[in-house]
Amino acid sequence: MEKIIAKLGLGSCGIAAGAGEVWTELQKVINDNSLPIRLEKTACIGMCFEEPVLELSGEGKPKIMLGKVTAADVQNVLDGYLNDKLEYNNIILHEHQEAVHNELIANQKRIVLRNCGVIDPESLEDYEAQGGYQALRKALQMQPMQIIDEVKASGLRGRGGAGFSTGMKWQFAHNAKNDKKYVVCNADEGDPGAFMDRSTLEGDPHAIIEGMIIGAYAMGADEGYLYVRAEYPMAIKHLKKALADAETKGYLGKNIMGTGFNCELHIKEGAGAFVCGEETALMQSIEGKRGMPTIRPPFPAESGLWGKPTNINNVETWANIPWIITNGAKAFRKFGTEKSPGTKVFALAGKIVNSGLIEVPMGMPLHDVIYKVGGGIKNGKKFKGVQLGGPSGGCVPAHLLDTTVDYDSITKTGAIMGSGGMVVMDEDSCMVDIARFFLNFTQNESCGKCTFCRIGTRRMLEILTRITEGKGEMEDIDKLEQLAVNIIKGSLCGLGQTAPNPVLTTLKYFRDEYIAHIVDKKCPAHSCTALLKYEVNPETCVGCTACARKCPVGCISGAVKQVHTIDQNKCIKCGACYAACKFNAITKE
Amino acid sequence: MSNSRADLDAILSRYKGRHGALIPLLQDVQNLEGYLRQDTMKYVSEQTGVPAAEIFGVATFYSMFRLKPQGKYVIRVCKGTACHVSGANGILNAIRENLKLNGTDDTTEDALFTVMEVACLGCCSLAPVIMIGDQTFGKLTPDTVPAVLKKFSA
Ligand SMILES: Cc1cc2nc3c(=O)[nH]c(=O)nc-3n(C[C@H](O)[C@H](O)[C@H](O)COP(=O)(O)O)c2cc1C
Ligand code: SF4
Ligand code: SF4
Ligand code: SF4
Ligand code: FES
Ligand code: FES
Repeated sequence: MEKIIAKLGLGSCGIAAGAGEVWTELQKVINDNSLPIRLEKTACIGMCFEEPVLELSGEGKPKIMLGKVTAADVQNVLDGYLNDKLEYNNIILHEHQEAVHNELIANQKRIVLRNCGVIDPESLEDYEAQGGYQALRKALQMQPMQIIDEVKASGLRGRGGAGFSTGMKWQFAHNAKNDKKYVVCNADEGDPGAFMDRSTLEGDPHAIIEGMIIGAYAMGADEGYLYVRAEYPMAIKHLKKALADAETKGYLGKNIMGTGFNCELHIKEGAGAFVCGEETALMQSIEGKRGMPTIRPPFPAESGLWGKPTNINNVETWANIPWIITNGAKAFRKFGTEKSPGTKVFALAGKIVNSGLIEVPMGMPLHDVIYKVGGGIKNGKKFKGVQLGGPSGGCVPAHLLDTTVDYDSITKTGAIMGSGGMVVMDEDSCMVDIARFFLNFTQNESCGKCTFCRIGTRRMLEILTRITEGKGEMEDIDKLEQLAVNIIKGSLCGLGQTAPNPVLTTLKYFRDEYIAHIVDKKCPAHSCTALLKYEVNPETCVGCTACARKCPVGCISGAVKQVHTIDQNKCIKCGACYAACKFNAITKE
Repeated sequence: MSNSRADLDAILSRYKGRHGALIPLLQDVQNLEGYLRQDTMKYVSEQTGVPAAEIFGVATFYSMFRLKPQGKYVIRVCKGTACHVSGANGILNAIRENLKLNGTDDTTEDALFTVMEVACLGCCSLAPVIMIGDQTFGKLTPDTVPAVLKKFSA
């Protein structure tokens, strides 16, 4: 029996970073040399920025994790570990010694991600070895109302964005009288720049499924759907296998664990429409129609899928359930705050050092999330803001970094908790451009049912585009604010109702940037191309001609060893000269 | 053609009588024919009894459905937030320039590539990201784009 285990992260970003080649090499080296090593795979470890990530452990040896492993490293690393003489320049975790990311892990609390990066997500046995499906066993011996009371007592709030009490929602669906009910998992993950749900789906599919079966039992449903974004092929693959394995083992299907309870779950692949993340649109889409939101009431709990009572929860909400049933509401409440108990998974991205997936107790200050767990801002740049809640959310500026991550505190800033996307911006990010980016997104994704959402967002986008091109006027700011009010009032669903948020929060916290674009015709972040001006500094230009050779429109003139000049009328502001000059003689203003 | 009609009928019979199956059905049809052809959609309507207007409505609503033929490789350029702040525009421009795509064209003349924009591929840590076929490439710069495209020639 091999005593040493080599475990490689094969989640989608691991594969994208080259983990596939490392896997092949590991297999080859272990086989060719008959090394006493067992090779295992897992999915997202959360340290996506260090991919490919390899964990080594074994009896009498420290558990360590290596980052940015390449196929060429494999032989040395394995030999070194076996002989206790490992030398590697990127040991990211070490059980007994200082290592770069020890603190990153120490500051987290993993409930939802308890198995992610630990187990092989395609192995039901691995899940069972971690206590998997014990919560279902326990739940099936409880009365449905006992389960609902436990979920209520835990204070769990929906992780899909709105933060509604999960226990209350379950109670509504439970109370609905009908012989047919459905449960649905919302795995549409629409926020562009967020991947919490992808990692959980890929890394621990059984946890979500177990949560859904428990929910179905508690609410009296016997059928359910997982609605998964089509851009997540690996998540779909792992879910399919998990459903089949669970059914074979008798955790799903007819007469579950001999209790007489039946439950069937199906996968529905999305087809690319952000609005389908909205629960009423999602149900339309499952029914095979255009995903257009419908008026509530009736709420899904009364009349949902095919007119039957339906309960929809987010991936992360479902994944919390087995833990709560196993450990109890009290244990859950040990983490987080009074009104936002438990933990929250965040996807850190943008200009942050440790971009990846983290799970922290609610109530942690944003500052700690970004600096202690996230490792701070890339390339020593200055922090400007962090976008929470994607297109429905807002940008929290530096002076509010002591805001704690819980539903109510974040809402106070004008942003929203959202589903957990955190995109960090630095001094090079233009906040007007960010607002324009989100309006472009929502404008594209509006289903078109409500006039204000359809036309209003387009007007806002036009104004924002104008401002970023230096053609804005001060009245435009008032117009934006007026449009925002009307869109919020005149929209049927959350997409329209929250679409103006990115504009409103940037106007609130970064108004000076708007004014700089409008009055001074300057982009303080040097990001809006139309407002840039490239010039040659005659003091430092040595006349090397590098810039002139790179310019795609040939608008730089000057003889060898003479100062060069740029014809501003022809310049298309591509920045090629700026990148080409080795003497820092070209300025960008 | 007759072959394809038989495959089409196989898909239709697979979904026969299943409620709410229009979207997966069209996905399978698109996988078979590369895109959703007008005459195919009419045929699907006749065979399933779903009104043609509803089929066209669904096909135009979801961005995954393509109503035009597409290249051998589909390049999905991520325009999500993380990729946007990490320079996705520059990557898109570099790809379009390298493939010599003009104006609003999205498919190359030799029908090798179709370029489309998507919102987040879920690998934001590797931003900026693109996907060619089912392979993901991250941490791109405009300078590394040509080498990536070179891997996919006829
Ligand atoms: C435009 C829009 C998009 C949404 N996208 C998602 C999504 O991608 N994932 C999600 O879980 N909830 C999304 N929601 C929220 C859902 O409507 C719903 O509130 C949620 O799935 C309920 O689950 P929870 O109570 O577990 O949070 C979206 C809402 C709106 C208005
Ligand atoms: S608010 Fe926008 S997305 Fe929502 S239903 Fe109205 S038009 Fe459609
Ligand atoms: S920015 Fe581009 S177009 Fe303008 S001078 Fe430099 S290289 Fe030429
Ligand atoms: S590359 Fe720089 S130093 Fe060389 S000619 Fe251009 S501006 Fe002058
Ligand atoms: S998917 Fe690889 S660590 Fe996140
Ligand atoms: S924003 Fe590009 S992969 Fe997520």
